[in-house]
Amino acid sequence: MVYLTRKIEFSASHLYHNPAFSAEENKRVFGKCNNPHGHGHNYSLEVTVAGDPDPVTGMVLDLKELKEILEREITQRMDHRFLNYEVPELKGQIPTCENIARVIWNLLEPRILQGKLHRVRLYETPDLFADCYRNGAKPA
Amino acid sequence: MSEALKIELGRRYRFAASHRLHTDVLSVEENARVYGKCNNPYGHGHNYVLEISVSGTLDPSTGMIANLVDLDGFVEREVIEAFDHKSLNEDVPAFREKVPTTENVCREIYQRLKHFPKARLERVRVEETSNNAFEYTGEEN
Repeated sequence: MVYLTRKIEFSASHLYHNPAFSAEENKRVFGKCNNPHGHGHNYSLEVTVAGDPDPVTGMVLDLKELKEILEREITQRMDHRFLNYEVPELKGQIPTCENIARVIWNLLEPRILQGKLHRVRLYETPDLFADCYRNGAKPA
Repeated sequence: MSEALKIELGRRYRFAASHRLHTDVLSVEENARVYGKCNNPYGHGHNYVLEISVSGTLDPSTGMIANLVDLDGFVEREVIEAFDHKSLNEDVPAFREKVPTTENVCREIYQRLKHFPKARLERVRVEETSNNAFEYTGEEN
């Protein structure tokens, strides 16, 4: 088994706000992230695919194809967007790093037809990230 | 949330500390041979990077595994205050007996963080320099 990782970056804004909470509770739970006008990050996304290299091509999957999947599914959907308002998959969810990573997993998994999606790692800043795995998979 | 997926939250912290690798079990010559420059009697220091991962259920009302304020406060109290700008050998009781290699630093930090009440500690990774990194998941053979 070989693990192949491709990285992309996108820039987006978001804010954390739960309409079920009072204004004070939102402030207390989410702190600065509750600023009503939002704020932004340069997100860095690492996508790892696991598989056995094809004996003819030597590839787990064609990197060009992975690049196109990431461009279509992630960059076009999220880059230079306000995640709360412009990404329907995040509707009704707080766009935390954890939730965005899960949405990205769900967008990518059905598109990856060679090899298997192994890990999605989304950095919100260099010091904060979320990993998403299929339950039971051994982190590699 | 879908139980089919496992989500982990990763966070990086920094501390600067000195240490000396030396064990009384070995002779002076053996210490010098095994630990090389790291055996210098006056010690030396590193800018350590600590990376931890925690897992748990996403709270649907916050979208979080754990609130970063809670996680950061816990790590600050349990590790950073005890390790930052300290001599690991002299100031951290665990290293009176154990050599403060980064392997042992990983284990000590794991012991200090495994009781985080809001999420499950999955992994501790310590980068001693940008070229040396160690990870510990609590597994012992």
